[in-house]
Amino acid sequence: MPSQFFIPDPEGQSPNPEGYFGAFGGKFIPEALVAAVDEVAVEYDKAKHDPEFAKELDDLLVNYTGRPSSLTEVPRFAEHAGGARIFLKREDLNHTGSHKINNVLGQALLTKRMGKTRVIAETGAGQHGVATATACALFGLECTIYMGEIDTQRQALNVARMRMLGAEVIAVKSGSRTLKDAINEAFRDWVANVDHTHYLFGTVAGPHPFPAMVRDFHRVIGVEARRQLLERAGRLPDAAVACVGGGSNAIGLFHAFIPDTDVRLIGCEPAGHGVETGEHAATLTAGEPGILHGSRSYVLQDDEGQITEPYSISAGLDYPGIGPEHSYLKDSGRGEYRAVTDDAAMQALRLLSRTEGIIPAIESAHALAGALEVGKELGKDGLIVVNLSGRGDKDMDTAARYFGLYDTDAEVAEDASGTAEIEGDAK
Amino acid sequence: MSGNIRLLSDTLAAAKSEGRSALIAYLPAGFPTVDGGIEAIKAVIDGGADVVEVGLPHSDPVLDGPVIQTADDIALRGGVRIADVMRTVREAHAATGKPILVMTYWNPIDRYGVERFTAELAEAGGAGCILPDLPVQESALWREHAEKHGLATVFVVAPSSKDERLAQITAAGTGFVYAASLMGVTGTRASVSNQAQDLVERTRATGTDLPVCVGLGVSNPAQAAEVARFADGVIVGSAFVKAMLDAPDDAAGVEAVRALAGDLAKGVRGQA
Repeated sequence: MPSQFFIPDPEGQSPNPEGYFGAFGGKFIPEALVAAVDEVAVEYDKAKHDPEFAKELDDLLVNYTGRPSSLTEVPRFAEHAGGARIFLKREDLNHTGSHKINNVLGQALLTKRMGKTRVIAETGAGQHGVATATACALFGLECTIYMGEIDTQRQALNVARMRMLGAEVIAVKSGSRTLKDAINEAFRDWVANVDHTHYLFGTVAGPHPFPAMVRDFHRVIGVEARRQLLERAGRLPDAAVACVGGGSNAIGLFHAFIPDTDVRLIGCEPAGHGVETGEHAATLTAGEPGILHGSRSYVLQDDEGQITEPYSISAGLDYPGIGPEHSYLKDSGRGEYRAVTDDAAMQALRLLSRTEGIIPAIESAHALAGALEVGKELGKDGLIVVNLSGRGDKDMDTAARYFGLYDTDAEVAEDASGTAEIEGDAK
Repeated sequence: MSGNIRLLSDTLAAAKSEGRSALIAYLPAGFPTVDGGIEAIKAVIDGGADVVEVGLPHSDPVLDGPVIQTADDIALRGGVRIADVMRTVREAHAATGKPILVMTYWNPIDRYGVERFTAELAEAGGAGCILPDLPVQESALWREHAEKHGLATVFVVAPSSKDERLAQITAAGTGFVYAASLMGVTGTRASVSNQAQDLVERTRATGTDLPVCVGLGVSNPAQAAEVARFADGVIVGSAFVKAMLDAPDDAAGVEAVRALAGDLAKGVRGQA
């Protein structure tokens, strides 16, 4: 019986053997890592064609993760989107609270196949770190998570979760002290410990084969959503919308729809305080092609190739790079990418909470804000699927401060209500 | 104007004819200032370094430990630009006549333009580049321009490199081969890894004529002497940077690196 939930790219046509999606991708890595990265590629290729691997992963995805994830229609939310129908792909309902577990379980099985005993990973919002710590607990692997110091503060709940699961969490104090720097530090660890350590990379960036492999583990999101929409709405959506940091949840949703050329693929990048302010992480909107973390893709950089410091209220999107397949989708015109500000995302977060009883992660709220815009553009006949990539529990401190929800913030709340007004409030 | 690849080869050959290893020093440009960095390079050459690698500071030095990260941060906060790196190469070479290489992550060159970078480096009197995150299979464009401008392409090999990979790298590289003594990032270590000699021997077994120089973790004269017994060159970076970071002021830093170069120069001559 074919695998139901591990559904790698059936065409096998992208990337090319050197890891390129068009002009983007490749393997820009130090010589010390060449053997290890090649080993990952060879092992993944073997695993992909091994029915036992698919069977084991399927079993985990069903009985541990809880796949398939639900597809929820959100009509009260959609009233604020010009009346278009909106469905949410509920990756927030997966075990550990986000889509990240799909990739983590796949790579954790691969780690076992390679005979490695230790796993390292980077994390921004902490969702990938929590998922990795979870898989390491499940499989008895040693686990070290690198997290920017700023992110350990704004996502303190996830730091506690990782430590509860037995992982070591290292707060990275270099550079901008966010996701980019956590990845730098993880690479430094990997170079030194590669003989027994797998770098369980959390997004569709990095050197080949990571962009294609991580995509394959998340492809199930779009495969399920496509099938569920055909059953529930009787047709394909006009648009598939997802937030984009490194791009893993977005590529997971988009990929199964790529051949459906009438389905618009819309990625929502973090515009922070506004792209024009320079305080953003909208890599495809404002970046230029370059090399970061092992592959060629769009990068936020200056005119001499120094990486510029990104900013977003969302720790998981606060990254100056993007997976190479997204750069390819952008340049080929198949993907559309727009920037969503902190404020728009926070409004969407509150709107979904109050109209549907679902508190999304701030990352996913960027996609919701994008869907509100797209819905208005499409009008009432529009049909949109949004990837709700994660739940918002981890963001409650940030949200409470933003909206003044703590009792001690009463005066702040008065103040903030002016800027935080949403249409949904009146109802 | 053609770059100084031949000067690099001649310098390494001259050391060999003296029956010793060459001493290769690394210092980042713009650290602690552009002019201060140039003075430091002149001092390490005065102290006995045969070749200098000028680091192009980068915002994301993934292969560097805390010492060089700190120096890069200082240089970037001081506003160092590629023009300053070129000036550093030009003035260091003009003042000493020694081969000066640039060591850089790939993205700055990719962004600046390969032709523009190689032309300017050759014009400044540079001898070549070490590109630690540009693997050989991605290097064709670079090598074409480096060859055109008389610049060496120094590839890094690592203890994890398989033999067929070593053959591929030594066939494509010029100037010398940079053998990383251990698996890890830059920084001083208490002892030289026993992987270093094995890697040098496996690299030579490819049949290459290129000198094989060893770096990563070498910091003191005794280690330099140990490495010099089996390598054509000894590369020291973090120890020089650390000497400058630890000095009470810039002038003392220059004297500290001069003295360290002097001690290491004795080391590569087996006098440690």
